[in-house]
Amino acid sequence: MNRAVLVMAALLAIALPLSLLAGRVWIDPATTPNAALILGELRLPRAVLAIVVGAGLGSAGAAMQGYLRNPLADPGLFGIAPGAALGAVTALFFGFTASAWLLPLFALVGAGGAMALLALIAGRTGGIALFTLAGLMVASLAGALTALAISMSPNAFAMSEIVLWLNGALTDRSWREVWLAGPMVLLGMVLLMRAGAGLDALTLGEPVARSLGVDTNRLLWLLILGVGLTVGAGVAVAGIIGFVGLIVPHLVRPLTDRRPSQLILPSALAGALLVLVADSVVRILPLVTELRLGIALSLLGAPFFLWLLLRMRKGLA
Amino acid sequence: MMLEARDLVLEDRLAHVSLSLRPGEITAICGPNGAGKSSLLEALAGLLDVDSGAIGLGDRDLVSYQPRERAQAIGYLPQEHTVSWDVPVRRLVELGRMPHGDKRTEPVEAALRALDVEHLADRRAQSLSGGETARVLLARVLAGEPQWILADEPLAALDIGHQLALLKHLRRAADSGIGVVLVLHDLSHAMNHADRVIVLDEGTLAADDEPHRALAAEVVERVWQTQVEWIERGGRMALMPL
Repeated sequence: MNRAVLVMAALLAIALPLSLLAGRVWIDPATTPNAALILGELRLPRAVLAIVVGAGLGSAGAAMQGYLRNPLADPGLFGIAPGAALGAVTALFFGFTASAWLLPLFALVGAGGAMALLALIAGRTGGIALFTLAGLMVASLAGALTALAISMSPNAFAMSEIVLWLNGALTDRSWREVWLAGPMVLLGMVLLMRAGAGLDALTLGEPVARSLGVDTNRLLWLLILGVGLTVGAGVAVAGIIGFVGLIVPHLVRPLTDRRPSQLILPSALAGALLVLVADSVVRILPLVTELRLGIALSLLGAPFFLWLLLRMRKGLA
Repeated sequence: MMLEARDLVLEDRLAHVSLSLRPGEITAICGPNGAGKSSLLEALAGLLDVDSGAIGLGDRDLVSYQPRERAQAIGYLPQEHTVSWDVPVRRLVELGRMPHGDKRTEPVEAALRALDVEHLADRRAQSLSGGETARVLLARVLAGEPQWILADEPLAALDIGHQLALLKHLRRAADSGIGVVLVLHDLSHAMNHADRVIVLDEGTLAADDEPHRALAAEVVERVWQTQVEWIERGGRMALMPL
């Protein structure tokens, strides 16, 4: 248990009750009519889902940065999020939205397909850099197929559905999505945390990690499964929510001793906090239609990424 | 436990190399650039898949060892000094305990002391100089208390004072029964500090003998294609290019 875990857990404990009260309508549990219903069936599942999705993205980002030994790595690099998005877009394209389960299930199949492709590639490339390039190709292929689906959508309604969904949101989600994503994200986080010791050893490079007894194939499998479950489940219920996995480890790292293993749990908590707060903010903003969460986080993320690049360049100069 | 290479073949790098290393000795692997020194060291550490041949540790093939079991026996230090994250020095050295899966602090403290980096223990790794980093990374190997230390150019980033201090420490390790295998570019250091020298030339064994025979002027001339003369003073040898 480190300082970062305590800080993030405390902030999350403060943010959760506030986010339940916040929204287009501020709730006063004592006076608002149907307060219990609104809290229990609308706001609480949405807040819990924000925590689940954010925790998955944060922990996956921390693990990916540790694995690739690169602070600019993002869980999207392996192509799992684009794969899940492609699955969901396929469901929307064919209009398979009769049951609320279908779209997330298609997304999970898409994430599983990307993971299977990565598993086929793993062990044949024989190196982290080549494997990452292969992951980028998976991402690029899924992205291209998604664009194809958009350009060939049968009607304008399907197209706007797809585009909106791709922008990520937690609007109108229920306990069903929580039960769908929660266990998978939790299992994924457990796998990523089991990778922690191996990620620490990778700090000294792949040959040293292997000389220390790290089974690099097993490590890669933990990463593929862990990132697949956390990110795949997140995309399945919330669409594409960018930048959380990239930013959060940077916010948390100064609070730790910078070992990758020490970063995974606090990054999960910080990711949960970030998505929870961002989702509360998009609810409060006085706009005609609610700002999509994915857009809001990218609006926040892009300038941060730019600042990070400039700061790193200064560090190198 | 003996560490043996039996007829190692690795495309373009090693051609039928056989040798047998004894614990309690410092063995230097020398040879021109591209001779296969690092490949041989990696193969001996069990980190390289060879095309044919085998490595033996004790009376077993190294491939039959579990990764952790092998890591307990062999500590490996590569030439590149990679430290990807700015972690505290003590945490880096503690990684040496990973194969044992314990958190014993005595070996870690002993390793920090042995390499004279105790005062750096709470510093961040990326704030160290090249020489300090080299010592810290070797301390990481020592913290694992391996029976064999395999180091690729451990003296490369060090000044002469620290080079000699490190060699003295490696001698102490060898005297305590540890097998020490070093890839060395500096032939004078190999001549003066190794018990045995292996000379590689284009992936084949050019010499495997006591230093003054393995590094005799005519061997150096043949393998490095450079005219040299050894000069002796006070029991120490220095290499003089002609």
